[in-house]
Amino acid sequence: MADSREPPPFEVDEGDAKKDDDDLFSDASEHQKTDSVGETKKEAEPVKKTVPVFVSLNDHEDEDDDLFAEEDVVLDSDENEEDQTITEKYIPKLEEPKKKEPTVAESLAAVPPEAIRPLSAEEERPKLPVSQSSTSSSKITSSTKNAEERNEGEDDQYSLEIMVTEPMKVGDGMGAYIVYKVMTKTNVPAFRRNDMCVPRRFSDFLGLHEKLSEKHVHQGCIVPPAPEKSVLGMTKVKMSKEESGSADFVEKRRAALERFLKRTAAHPVLRMDPDFREFLERDGELPKSTSTSALSGAGVKRLLSRVGDAVEKISFKMDENDEWFEDRHQQIENLDQQLRKLHSSMEALSQHRKELSQTTAVFAKSAAMLANAEEHTALSRALSQLAETEEKIEQLHKEQSDQDYFTMAELLKDYIVLIGAVKDVLHERVKVYKTWKDAEATLTKKRETKVKLELSHKTDKISQAQQEITEWNHKVEKGQADFERISATIKKEVARFDRLRVEDFKKSVITYLEHLMENEQKLIKYWEAFLPEGKAII
Amino acid sequence: MMDGLEESPDLMEGEQGKSRSDTVDLNTDTSLQVDISDALSERDKVKFTVHTKTTLSQFKKSDFSVVRQHEEFIWLHARYEENEDYAGIIIPPAPPRPDFDASREKLQRLGEGEGTMTKEEFSKMKQELEAEYLATFKKTVAMHEVFLQRLAAHPVLRNDMNFEVFLEYEQDMSVRGKNKKEKLGGFFKNLTKTADEVLLSGHKDIDSFFEDEKQFLVEYHAKIKDATTKADKMTKAHKNVADNYIQISSGLMQLATIENTELDKAFTKVAEALEKARKLEGRVASDEDLKLSDSLRYYMRDSSAGLDLLYRRVRSLTDFENANKALEKARTKNKEVAQAEKVQQAACEKFEKISETAKKELTEFKQRRIAYFRKNLVDLVELELKHARAQVQLLKNCISALNEEA
Repeated sequence: MADSREPPPFEVDEGDAKKDDDDLFSDASEHQKTDSVGETKKEAEPVKKTVPVFVSLNDHEDEDDDLFAEEDVVLDSDENEEDQTITEKYIPKLEEPKKKEPTVAESLAAVPPEAIRPLSAEEERPKLPVSQSSTSSSKITSSTKNAEERNEGEDDQYSLEIMVTEPMKVGDGMGAYIVYKVMTKTNVPAFRRNDMCVPRRFSDFLGLHEKLSEKHVHQGCIVPPAPEKSVLGMTKVKMSKEESGSADFVEKRRAALERFLKRTAAHPVLRMDPDFREFLERDGELPKSTSTSALSGAGVKRLLSRVGDAVEKISFKMDENDEWFEDRHQQIENLDQQLRKLHSSMEALSQHRKELSQTTAVFAKSAAMLANAEEHTALSRALSQLAETEEKIEQLHKEQSDQDYFTMAELLKDYIVLIGAVKDVLHERVKVYKTWKDAEATLTKKRETKVKLELSHKTDKISQAQQEITEWNHKVEKGQADFERISATIKKEVARFDRLRVEDFKKSVITYLEHLMENEQKLIKYWEAFLPEGKAII
Repeated sequence: MMDGLEESPDLMEGEQGKSRSDTVDLNTDTSLQVDISDALSERDKVKFTVHTKTTLSQFKKSDFSVVRQHEEFIWLHARYEENEDYAGIIIPPAPPRPDFDASREKLQRLGEGEGTMTKEEFSKMKQELEAEYLATFKKTVAMHEVFLQRLAAHPVLRNDMNFEVFLEYEQDMSVRGKNKKEKLGGFFKNLTKTADEVLLSGHKDIDSFFEDEKQFLVEYHAKIKDATTKADKMTKAHKNVADNYIQISSGLMQLATIENTELDKAFTKVAEALEKARKLEGRVASDEDLKLSDSLRYYMRDSSAGLDLLYRRVRSLTDFENANKALEKARTKNKEVAQAEKVQQAACEKFEKISETAKKELTEFKQRRIAYFRKNLVDLVELELKHARAQVQLLKNCISALNEEA
């Protein structure tokens, strides 16, 4: 519909169009391009859904369909080859973050990673939609499986191991904070060294998350959430003179921070983010992030935008015509609810087991006292052995309580917040949809204005109206492209989320059961050791 | 390995049955056998059917049953306690009052919280509470039975007239609960008891056996009382843990139904395993309660009965000493010497008799205690082992099933 009347789109947005072309052609020939696509594109999408993207760009549905189908075939084979040849595959991937900028600069030459840093998120943004929307078509038919295999292959290839260790309290009183050592081992060439160890504090982690979210959430990336601030926990840390009182809290937070970094590092796009790299790499302290404090101006702004978002969520209802999203939306909501429930049950279990451990300890003491009071030698001995056995069992219960907490409750909690991130991304899609639809409405209005002008023969204004129409037409196209792109990315991201969730849960559940079993085995050992004592009472 | 998981109440009865007879292991004499063949819970009272089988001639029939209530048990206990003839005997402790308030209250709270859980969870929690109620009920019955069985097994106490009436009289004995005045009396009695304790502790016995016994029992009673409370808290905490499993396995089940990935199978498996583990944990808790807490509780009450015996002896000793003083006084005044001599003689005899029986009773108490603890501790360990092994097997199966799938 657009093209017959308005050829201009291509002319108007020369840069974009060019890039589109670039990509279209290069897809088949250049590894780099296809791979960057692979990273950001959603796999398995129904052909029909994504077609409209091209319709808007190229006008003829049927032709497009065919065109793309062909391209897909080419692409697929290309990707497969890449899968097989490791080096080829990885080079493209590594260069990906660099490439984004180069495309803007119209240069394909690799830029040293340092050069990337100065580039702000905004600079990157306009560029991405273009290459992605054009390439998304080529992705369409690549099967989910294929994409998954590829993703996994990627993850295996380059290792990025991160550990958060040695929390240390710095300072005293309310000004005190905790510094963690972030140790990274990697063979990702983008890093300057293979081995890094940098001091980071909690607000740095929050700052990193903030930066990543800003850049990637509206692209449809599920950015792993950073641990929540805990005023209470931190105050305790600040107030307590000895380490012991707050050790629990610090350890929980340390583990949560480590998981946050590991999740980020596992993400094919985020791991390549320059800010992430800087976080891991930059020696010494990071410039203090002010925006993470709840009371700062940025904090207030964030709060306001959140309120705005919430209002929008309520007021704007998008008519979903993608069944996949409709299903997923419902499922995510249910999942959220169930995970929350399970999480509170798990915390309760951990708590109750802790109580069991404490009551067992108290009983053990009491049994030891009773053993002292008992005048019969063998019975007294048996009772004191019972007390010792109960003391060991107390330890078992305590360990198990920790397992309940760290292996299960924390995992559930992580996934509750991760689901929050999924929801954010889904909401982002709704926002893009709204922008697109708003643009459409405006376009219609502009056209009406033009027709009116034509009818009233106000020729002098017609050209301006036409210009506006062209402008808005482009906005509509961009809106639709954005929407298609974010939808595609989200599908891919959610599939990745599902895959990781399966892995995470299976692994954790098995670990959990194994610990339970080990503890039961220890229990058997303890009681078996006690049995002769009981039998020795004569 | 999961055998018997389903019928926990029945199983409990089996174990209970064993422990009942074990407590009264002292007699092989079958001339007087007492048991509680049935018990009926009616609103706020429990009716026990006391069944007697006997070859003794003082009973009219050889096999008969009567219906008794808790108050009548208490009445019987009081008759023994006040009878001077039994002053040297450890009177078996009276059974505790049937108390289902805790269970009822929990059930009520569960009803209030019905909205917050799923139907399945609710019905499981309800089942748990019902099982708990049943267990409490059975324990109550067992305590009443043990009381009668110990009386029936005791060579002296079994011949008591009141006991015969209690067993044989077919009508309601119309024993009332304590009224206010009596309760006040009970309060004073407690006061004198405390005075006795002071007396007892302040009194250095010349007889080293009683001196040792006294020091032991006073300390032992305090310690075992403490241990009982702590053991109760521990088993209660264990029960809470077991109950938590219900929510978790049900939560996993629900997750499985909305899962779009292969996790649904894994969650279902884990949920099933945890449901079984929950029952095992529950059994651990109830067995600990039965074998550990209840053993401690019983000997807490028995040691208290032993202390009562010592108080009675000390009181009798004071009577004797007073009689001695009175006699001396009478002799110096040379007045009513014969009378005083008689009193002194009686007090002396009484004291000596008490001392003699008490020695025997306390030795028996010790033997009984050791045998009882040995049995229950060994039982406890064996049950702990059984349940832990079952859990290991269960978890092993579940883990290998999960691994196979992956």
